[in-house]
Amino acid sequence: MISLPERSVIPYLTAGWPGEQAFLEAAAAAARAGCPLFEVGIPFSDPVADGPTIQRASQQALESGVTVERSLELIRRAVELSGLPAVAMTYANLVYRRGYEKFCQDLAAAGGVGLIVPDLPLEESDELEAASRRAGIDLVQLATPTTPVQRLELLGQRSRGFLYLVSVRGVTGSRGRLDENLDELIARAVASSRVPVCVGFGISTPEQVRQVTRQARGVIVGSALLERLERGEDVEAFLRGLTC
Amino acid sequence: MQLPVGPVRSQLADSRGRFGAYGGRFVPETLITALQELEAGYARACADESFWSELSAHLSLFAGRPTPLYPAERLTAHWGGARVWLKREDLNHTGSHKLNNCLGQALLARRMGKRRIVAETGAGQHGVATATVCARFGLDCVIYMGAEDVRRQALNVYRMELLGARVVSVESGSRTLKDATNEAMRDWVATVDDTHYILGSVVGPHPFPTLVRDFQAVIGREASTQLGRSPAVVVACVGGGSNAAGMFAHFVDQSGVRLVGVEAGGFGTGPGQHAASLSSGEPGILHGALTYLLQDAQGQVQATHSVSAGLDYPGVGPQHSFWKDSRRVEYVAVSDREALDAFVLLCRLEGIVPALESAHALAWCQREASSMSPDQDLLVCLSGRGDKDVAEVRRLLGDGQ
Repeated sequence: MISLPERSVIPYLTAGWPGEQAFLEAAAAAARAGCPLFEVGIPFSDPVADGPTIQRASQQALESGVTVERSLELIRRAVELSGLPAVAMTYANLVYRRGYEKFCQDLAAAGGVGLIVPDLPLEESDELEAASRRAGIDLVQLATPTTPVQRLELLGQRSRGFLYLVSVRGVTGSRGRLDENLDELIARAVASSRVPVCVGFGISTPEQVRQVTRQARGVIVGSALLERLERGEDVEAFLRGLTC
Repeated sequence: MQLPVGPVRSQLADSRGRFGAYGGRFVPETLITALQELEAGYARACADESFWSELSAHLSLFAGRPTPLYPAERLTAHWGGARVWLKREDLNHTGSHKLNNCLGQALLARRMGKRRIVAETGAGQHGVATATVCARFGLDCVIYMGAEDVRRQALNVYRMELLGARVVSVESGSRTLKDATNEAMRDWVATVDDTHYILGSVVGPHPFPTLVRDFQAVIGREASTQLGRSPAVVVACVGGGSNAAGMFAHFVDQSGVRLVGVEAGGFGTGPGQHAASLSSGEPGILHGALTYLLQDAQGQVQATHSVSAGLDYPGVGPQHSFWKDSRRVEYVAVSDREALDAFVLLCRLEGIVPALESAHALAWCQREASSMSPDQDLLVCLSGRGDKDVAEVRRLLGDGQ
């Protein structure tokens, strides 16, 4: 089960990227920086919800042999090394192909506590939701600025662990400015959700983290983290800096 | 002249957009509202006769419909079996059946107040058809095309630009149609308020497989009336499967009519050597739908190959997956070589240069027509013209042939 303190910073890492060792060290750095868990992308050939940075990381990870099998093993080792639980992010076909039941069981065995599938909207999630519950995995639903009010409430009721609030219309990736109506959207989500709300997509600066966590429980930082990881920068310091 | 347009009335998707187990709506949350609005907008259009009469007028005056049903006498004599009829979708404006769908979706987008259009294209047929309707209706147009295809189809890129479209070269993944589709979806996720995505085939999330099939159903209805009797066999090529769906939809309830969908067999049956999703794939989820998919053991989408860019796609329309499992339609694959032979044969015997896609349907006839009897009608969808393929065919066959 996912448990999140106030002002959580959740780092997103692509499994096995930019190399297996670097990935494992980044998970450990996240623990040292005080992150409560890490999100890990299991690379898929056609990541339609991702922008250029995560696309590139996914493609390179796949080319270096990071299969689903390998990703699960890397998650297990990252969980062991960091002492943090993991939330997996991947696309519907990889979960469907392995079998919803088996995927969830294997993820749980690797130390996974949650699962995010951005191309599996609520209407298609019944079966995976049931399988994930049986495995003790929280299936996290996503809401976006285009989600109508009633649907936002429904997502907040159905989501497990936390509600992943997508900050923008668009794909993942760092952005200078967040949606101008974001505060209002977060307020609505927080008011109607049964679980904590975390905001992701486009978050990269301490100012954005401050703005968002005035209301939301936490933020998810992906592309901005991967860009620093790629350049060999100190990710622990970056993650620490976000909560200053 | 009122053309036989309008929604298909049988074998419909259920309320979740499923044809049996296949189809659905596997897309990011951001698109859900837009797809619901599109579904509702299309339902309103379906109930509005003025929508269909407007579409009929554009199909007639702008696209040049009805397209002829052509008796291919020399081909019939050459094969010495079935009477061969060609449904001449190649004679549509812009040179393929793609315009049928683009006109329908552009009218729908206009009704829904969308001023900007995005689309994917492989070889460029759908991109050109989309750019054409956008010019005709004064809509902003962005076409995503794999970098590899941009290089191979430079003339079509310029054609789209002449028509006022912006063509974006896609550098990700395999840099072909699949990746262009990913990028068009990413654009739509970011611009959904004012933008409509004109998907080019019967693929993608619900309601696209339904509305594209409906806009293409004019092909089969016209052909049926023109022939005036039931054909023995109806044949069409299948990439995503839009010309085939448009052709088959009218005949699918006539149990005496044999329906054959012809996929791209490429140069072998190994991974990356073909694009025969129904013949060799397994159910999976890509571009918003559960459908037969070419993928590896772990679910990564596989590279594909076909001599015909329009068939070079790892997925297929979900209704085709349903028709395969229910055995209503037979799906077979023919090789690049067979398609090239059929391409040349049609040029020589009938004076028609077919698209390499359509040549796949003809290649199946080359195999089977002679075993049919002369009182049987073999109806073939000639989905497009082959001008775009002449340079590629020349390269493959060598100048001497």
